[in-house]
Amino acid sequence: MIREPILNAVIMAALLAVPLWALWAGEPFTITLATRAAILALAAVGLNIALGLGGLVSLGHAAFFGIGGYAMGILAHHAQTYTPLMEAPFLIEGTKSMPVIWLTAIVAASLAALLIGALSLRTTGVYFIMITLAFGQMLYYFAISWPTYGGEDGLSIYVRNDFPGLNTLRPFPFFAISYVALAVGLFLSWRIAKSPFGLALSAARQNEARVRTVGMDPYRLRLTAFVISGAITGLAGALFADLNRFVSPTMFSWQMSGEFIVFIILGGTARLFGPVVGACLFVILEHWLGGLSDYWLVFLGAILLLVVLFARGGVIGALAGREATHD
Amino acid sequence: MNAVLLIEQVLNGLQLGVMLFLMSAGLTLIFGVMGLINLAHGSLYMIGAFAAAAVAGATGSFVLGLGAALAAAAAAGALVEVTVIRRLYDRDHLDQVLATFALILIFSEGTRWLFGSFPLFLDIPDALRGPASLPLGIEYPRYRLTIILAGLAVAAGLFLLIAKTRIGIRIRAGEADREMIAALGVDISKLYTLVFALGAALAGLAGALVGAIQSVQVGMGEPVLILAFVVIVIGGIGSIRGAFVASILVGLTDTLGRFLLPIAFGTFMDPSQANLIGTALASMAIYILMAAVLVFRPTGLFGAAT
Repeated sequence: MIREPILNAVIMAALLAVPLWALWAGEPFTITLATRAAILALAAVGLNIALGLGGLVSLGHAAFFGIGGYAMGILAHHAQTYTPLMEAPFLIEGTKSMPVIWLTAIVAASLAALLIGALSLRTTGVYFIMITLAFGQMLYYFAISWPTYGGEDGLSIYVRNDFPGLNTLRPFPFFAISYVALAVGLFLSWRIAKSPFGLALSAARQNEARVRTVGMDPYRLRLTAFVISGAITGLAGALFADLNRFVSPTMFSWQMSGEFIVFIILGGTARLFGPVVGACLFVILEHWLGGLSDYWLVFLGAILLLVVLFARGGVIGALAGREATHD
Repeated sequence: MNAVLLIEQVLNGLQLGVMLFLMSAGLTLIFGVMGLINLAHGSLYMIGAFAAAAVAGATGSFVLGLGAALAAAAAAGALVEVTVIRRLYDRDHLDQVLATFALILIFSEGTRWLFGSFPLFLDIPDALRGPASLPLGIEYPRYRLTIILAGLAVAAGLFLLIAKTRIGIRIRAGEADREMIAALGVDISKLYTLVFALGAALAGLAGALVGAIQSVQVGMGEPVLILAFVVIVIGGIGSIRGAFVASILVGLTDTLGRFLLPIAFGTFMDPSQANLIGTALASMAIYILMAAVLVFRPTGLFGAAT
C-alpha cells in the first residue's frame, strides 16, 4: 500500500514526464494524448466537486463542457470571420485570446449551472439524475437545431487561439497550459474539500437532517457546489475545443456526461486524484484497445462493469487502500 | 394552417406518446418495485428492433418478427437481471448508473459487432400499408393508426395486469414493502426477474413497432430512453398512471411544438427567422415542460409527496 499523497505526487509527475519524454523523443501525438487526458481530467475534477463532495450524481455535466466549448467556438468564429458578435446595444467582437475565452466560458457555464442547479436541486436521488440528464439533452438538441453556429456539423476553428508569450500551435506549450489548468483545478478542489464550506457540503451529503439542525441550508450549499463544479467543467470544455480546434453538439452528448462519471469511478470515488487517474486510464485504453479492435467500447464496458461490481475503490482504492473518512 | 393537418399532428403526437408509454412503463415499474435506475432500458428497445428486423427479414413475417422482439428483449432482460442487475439493488444510484451505462456500451457495440454499422430495415406488413380513411376526410397512415391502437391495448392490458391479477398484487406489494412480502413467502428474486423481463418486453415491443417507421440502428434506444426519463419525471416515478398521462403529454407537446411554434412565431416575424427560432424552441419544449412541472410539483404529477 502506498500513501495517497505520495501516490498523487507520482501521478502528477507521470502526467508531466510522459509529454516531456515525447517532446525529447519527437512524438507529438503522445503529447496530444496527454493533453487530452489532462483536459478530460479537469472536466471530471469539476464534476467531482458536485459528485464526490456533494453526492450530487449529475448526468448532465456535458452541458457545461459544451457551453465552454461553444464559448470558445463562437468567439473564435467571429474573430476568424471578422464579424461582430453583436452590434446593438453595444459592440461585442470575437476574440482569439485564450484568457478572455476562458473567462467567458467560466461565466457562461456558471450561469447555466446556476439555472440548471436551481431547478434540479429541488429534487434528490433518481429524479436529480434524470433531470440533469434531460437538461443536458435539451442543450444538445438546441445546439443541433441552431444553424447559426454550424448546427449538427459544428464549428471549425482554423488556428488555435493565442496565449500571451506562448506558441500554442506547438503541442507542448498547449499541453503545459492544460496541465497548469488541471493543477489549478485540483488545488481548488483540494482547498474546497478542506474549507468550512466543503466540510458543510460533505456533511449535507452524509446527514442532511443534522446540517439543517445546525442552521445551514443544504440547498444553498449544493447549489454553490454545483455552480463551482459547472464552471470548472466549462473551462475544460473551452480547452477541449481548442485542442481539437473544433466544436460540435457531441460535446453536449449524454455519453460525454457518462464518461466523466466513468473517469471518477475508474480512478476511485471521492478521491482528489480519482478523476485524473480515470481520465488517463480512459485515454490509454481508448488508444490501446481502439487500436486492437473497432469495438473497443465492449471491453471498456466489461472493465467498467467489473470495477463497479467488484472493485469499488477504483484504481486509487486498489493502490492506496481504504480512505480514513467515515461515510 | 388547416384543421386536417392539425388533427394529423395530434395523431402523430399520440403515436409518439403511446410508444413512450411502452418504454416508460417498464422503467417506472423497475424503479418502483426494485428502486433501480436502468439506463440500459434503451438497449432493450434496440434489441427488440434488431430481433424483429432480423427475424422478419429472414421469414418475411412481421408477426413472427414482433414475437421475436418480445422474446429477445424479455430474454435479454431476464439474463441481465440475473447476472448483473441483481447485485445492484442495494447499491446507491451512482453504482446503478455506472453499471447500466457499462451495459449500454456492451449492448451497443455488441450489436454493432453482430449486425454491422449499417441500419437494417423492417418492412411494414402489406395489410397495414397505405392510408386509412378517418371521418372528416382525414387520411392517416394505417400502420401508425395500428401502433396507436396496439399501444393503447397494451396499456389497458398492463393496467388490468397490475390491478386485477395475483402477479399484479405482488408487484404492487413489492412497491409498497419488499421486506414484508418476502416475509410472507413470495419469492422476491423471482418476482424481480419477472418485473424486469416484463419491462424489457414492453421496451422490445416499442422498438419493433417503431423500427418499421424508422431505421433500425445502433444507438436508436438512447434518445427514446431520455424522453422516457422526462416522461417519468413529469409523471412521478413509480406511477404507471402518471407515466401514461405524461407520455401522452410529452408526445403531444413535442409533436405539436414542432408544428405550431414556427407558425406562431411567423405571425409577427419574417418566416425564415420564425422558422429558425420556432424549431430551436420546439426542440426544447418538452424539457421546458418538465422544468415547469418540477417548479410546481418536484415529485411529478402523480408522484407521492415526500
